[in-house]
Amino acid sequence: MLKTFYFGIALGLLGAFALTYSVPAVDLHREPSLISVRQNGGNSETYRIDLPRDRILIGLAGVDNALPAGLDWPAEELFGDLQTEMFKIRDRNGVVIGVASRLASASEATGPFIEWTVHLPARGTVYLQMEVAPSAEGHRNGRLMAGTGGFEKLSGTVIEQFITEFEDEDLNIDARIELITAFVGQLDDEE
Amino acid sequence: MKYLVSLVIGMLFGATLFAAGMFYNPFAERQTVSPLAMSDDEHLDFNYTAVPGETILYTDNGESIISTHPDRVAELWEPAIVDTRIAVNLLTDSRGKAMGLGIKFSTDSEQTRLISSQALVDSVWHIYLPGRGTLQVHQVENFWSYLREVVVPARWSSGDSWKGSFFRIMTQGPNALGTGRVTGGTGNFSGMSAEAVESLTAQAYSAIDGPVSMHGSMTITLPARVSEDD
Repeated sequence: MLKTFYFGIALGLLGAFALTYSVPAVDLHREPSLISVRQNGGNSETYRIDLPRDRILIGLAGVDNALPAGLDWPAEELFGDLQTEMFKIRDRNGVVIGVASRLASASEATGPFIEWTVHLPARGTVYLQMEVAPSAEGHRNGRLMAGTGGFEKLSGTVIEQFITEFEDEDLNIDARIELITAFVGQLDDEE
Repeated sequence: MKYLVSLVIGMLFGATLFAAGMFYNPFAERQTVSPLAMSDDEHLDFNYTAVPGETILYTDNGESIISTHPDRVAELWEPAIVDTRIAVNLLTDSRGKAMGLGIKFSTDSEQTRLISSQALVDSVWHIYLPGRGTLQVHQVENFWSYLREVVVPARWSSGDSWKGSFFRIMTQGPNALGTGRVTGGTGNFSGMSAEAVESLTAQAYSAIDGPVSMHGSMTITLPARVSEDD
């Protein structure tokens, strides 16, 4: 009987090891990436933000409509006109796939800026810098500063556009922000 | 029958032995010295509170013991972001003076391997320092020591709390030396590539409410050009 007990211990040790080794402790949910291949190389993807339902935070000193309710935003003396926003990010089918922050300031001493960090769990993060002045077409152009995960070796551009008119009135959305990326992989060095 | 009972008890004992060995693994890395300690470059240092109720904003999936802050902030319950947490922090210098704003996105990492004492989290900071510029920091953090020395003892404690002194370097990558990757955005940091290390200091933790007395610190190396601009 003692031998059976020792055998059980060995079996328990091996079983626990096998279980811990083979079953992932973290298994992130993945949505299919809705990517279009571009004619001149690279790929394109559109991220959507439906307003107001996707807004997590509006932080701006001296305004009454800070979000969420009860937010204690730092005083104006520190951050000036810095506008901090955070959103949930959707793919073009309207499924939430990540979160994002947008920082913008027109009076920053080192120069005005608009930046995005788009964090897509299980895929990676992109750091985007936009031109402050909109283009003649009404959108903003920007570029990929850095990426992590699946975006690490990419470079490319992005368009930020604000849409207020919808064909489908039942959407119950006041406005929409779209980020349209055009990323291309870097060529590996030839040996 | 008695052989079957003996086998089952043996298996349970073996599994418990394995769990104890994994938890008390003496070979688990306990990093308390920053890989940047020997660097000749100038450093940018800031601190932030790691107590969610003291942050500007904290949100997660709403299922954890930690309360979101403020109460009515949107929760991250959608399947793709359910393992993600966001904290918006006021960044302070060593004297407690506010010096910037930091937004931290953290997601549990699929590279987590409990068998090798790796409870990993992928985190990204989006940082704004008035008068200096913006930057982004990408890190892989290991919370194994934190779980083992703070969270689990708090759960086991009859008072559902832990008090003590905990300090660890949390950053474990993605750079080869175990440092985080910094990308400069605007202002003095424009075009900058650098390294960063984040540490966590804890004095009190509640198994009911989460962190009670805890703060984080970040050290970023500054290339010579940026140091001169500052």
